[in-house]
Amino acid sequence: MKQFLTFVQKEFYHVLRDRKTLLILFGMPMVQILIFGFALTNEVKNTKLMIVDHAKDLASAQLTAQIEASRYFEIEKSVSDHRQIEASFKEGSVKVVLVFPLHFYESLLHENKSQVQIIADASDPNTATTLINYLNAIIQDYATELKNPLSIPYQIIPETKMLYNPQLKGAHNFVPGVMALVLMLVCVMMTAVSIVREKETGTMEVLLVSPFKPILVILSKAIPYLLLSLVNVISILLVSVFVLDLPVKGSIFLLFAESTLFIITCLTLGIFISIKTSSQQVAMLISLMGMLLPTILFSGFMFPIENMPIPLQIISNIIPAKWFYIIVKAIMIKGLSFAGIWKETLILLGITIFLLIVSLKSFKIRLA
Amino acid sequence: MKEVVIKTEALTKRFGDFVAANAISFEVYKGEIFGFLGANGAGKTTAMRMLCGLSIPTSGKASIAGFDVFRQPELIKKNIGYMSQRFSLYEDLTVGENITFFGGIYGLSDKQLRQKKDDLVTNLGLQNEVNKLVASLPLGWKQKLAFSVAVLHDPKIVFLDEPTGGVDPLTRRQFWDLIYEAAERGVTIFVTTHYMDEAEYCHRISIMVDGKIEALDTPSNLKKIYNTGSMNDVFYQLARKAKRSD
Repeated sequence: MKQFLTFVQKEFYHVLRDRKTLLILFGMPMVQILIFGFALTNEVKNTKLMIVDHAKDLASAQLTAQIEASRYFEIEKSVSDHRQIEASFKEGSVKVVLVFPLHFYESLLHENKSQVQIIADASDPNTATTLINYLNAIIQDYATELKNPLSIPYQIIPETKMLYNPQLKGAHNFVPGVMALVLMLVCVMMTAVSIVREKETGTMEVLLVSPFKPILVILSKAIPYLLLSLVNVISILLVSVFVLDLPVKGSIFLLFAESTLFIITCLTLGIFISIKTSSQQVAMLISLMGMLLPTILFSGFMFPIENMPIPLQIISNIIPAKWFYIIVKAIMIKGLSFAGIWKETLILLGITIFLLIVSLKSFKIRLA
Repeated sequence: MKEVVIKTEALTKRFGDFVAANAISFEVYKGEIFGFLGANGAGKTTAMRMLCGLSIPTSGKASIAGFDVFRQPELIKKNIGYMSQRFSLYEDLTVGENITFFGGIYGLSDKQLRQKKDDLVTNLGLQNEVNKLVASLPLGWKQKLAFSVAVLHDPKIVFLDEPTGGVDPLTRRQFWDLIYEAAERGVTIFVTTHYMDEAEYCHRISIMVDGKIEALDTPSNLKKIYNTGSMNDVFYQLARKAKRSD
């Protein structure tokens, strides 16, 4: 046991002395979270909006004024011709169009409700959703203001139409995605590289000649990265809760337990790569191309899996990050308990055990 | 009667059809400096790896420090030290941390470790460098430190795989002083080298050609047998018979 601790301590020296590793380890998750987080909030400020006003009455003028007063929108131009809408979208000069029908105010007064049409450029679905939500809020505010306490409240019912991507797949659940990505990168690449580095420098032979058990060499390499990855999970969650206002709805313990499972999956993958390769560059390339790329492509974080051709959908099932992404989303955003994610957990566990067995097998062969 | 610490009988290693080490038999005595020579590809490394427990022999017998290579590899590992041609310390750890680490994985107690560390550092004159990273030391010092670390746990036998590659002659001489000191303490030294002047420092040498041991004797006897004044010539006469190369 003491031997093991000596070894783990040595691994910590390696990690903590290497500034580049530290930068990747702790800098990258923060940068990714902040980039994803703030890129999202910046985009909805001063968005170009086009008004198509067929009503030209008191209510449409008041509502237009309110929209203009908000910091989210900038009214680009007002037109009365529908054909200009498509042209403006294609030019990219507007992101949202608000259409007032004829007799907007009149129907509000007489029927107590009226309609407006919002057309958004949903080629960027995240932005479109956010814009529509803001616009809806402004309209609802206006409707409430208009309300006469004695009469039936006025209703303006916005009818929303999403251009180019009607289902709005791929909403911005970036925190679970970044978590999967970062853990994958840290655990797989760092573990693989750190083991292969010992092979490359020749220290691995010295270790194998020593009475220290080879399997412990591998284990003690994995432990520092397990701990550091948990620190990473904590820091990502802190940033997402306190800086980005994205709360964790479900159990935090469950989230940590699942993260630990995924970290172990990634460590096993890293170990597997390190057993199969003998140079740091190859290990890094395989980790990046063979692990990180599929993670980005097939986890569902960047590209919706449902839209992929069937063969690719099937492939996506063997990507551990896909299951982790589903689990984290379920816990963080939907607030599900273990009962809601046991299937995904079981699949992840199965992949981990499979990788572990394969790694141990090939490790033995190498020693002989 | 000399105590035998390494004994092999027809030790063989095959990789498919290729016989890397072909029925090698020899004995090495306690406190001896045994030179293991051979051209590249002659099978030196394979033989050495089998003796260290890094590779399992295909057939034959071998006992190291009284333990069988097939049945007691773990006991062998406790009783040998190893230093490879490739530098075998951690560059990003300090001198002191390297000593603590390697002592630690051999299971030395804290007290033993402190004592050994002090002795080693004083012996090598590294008092001012204990807390410096190994990367900052000159190559010669690194090599001496690596050797001292390899014998830190008082092994019965230490295997040195081309330990002085790329080192200047003066530092090599100093390195050999360390080897002699260890041998006088009763440590058996098993060393591979390509430097013929180093071969002359050994008590006995063996020369491997094409997986077989072609010659085994003291340097002076070998020179007599091959009727020449230099080890270089002895080696040349044997090695050019080789049919295989890398």
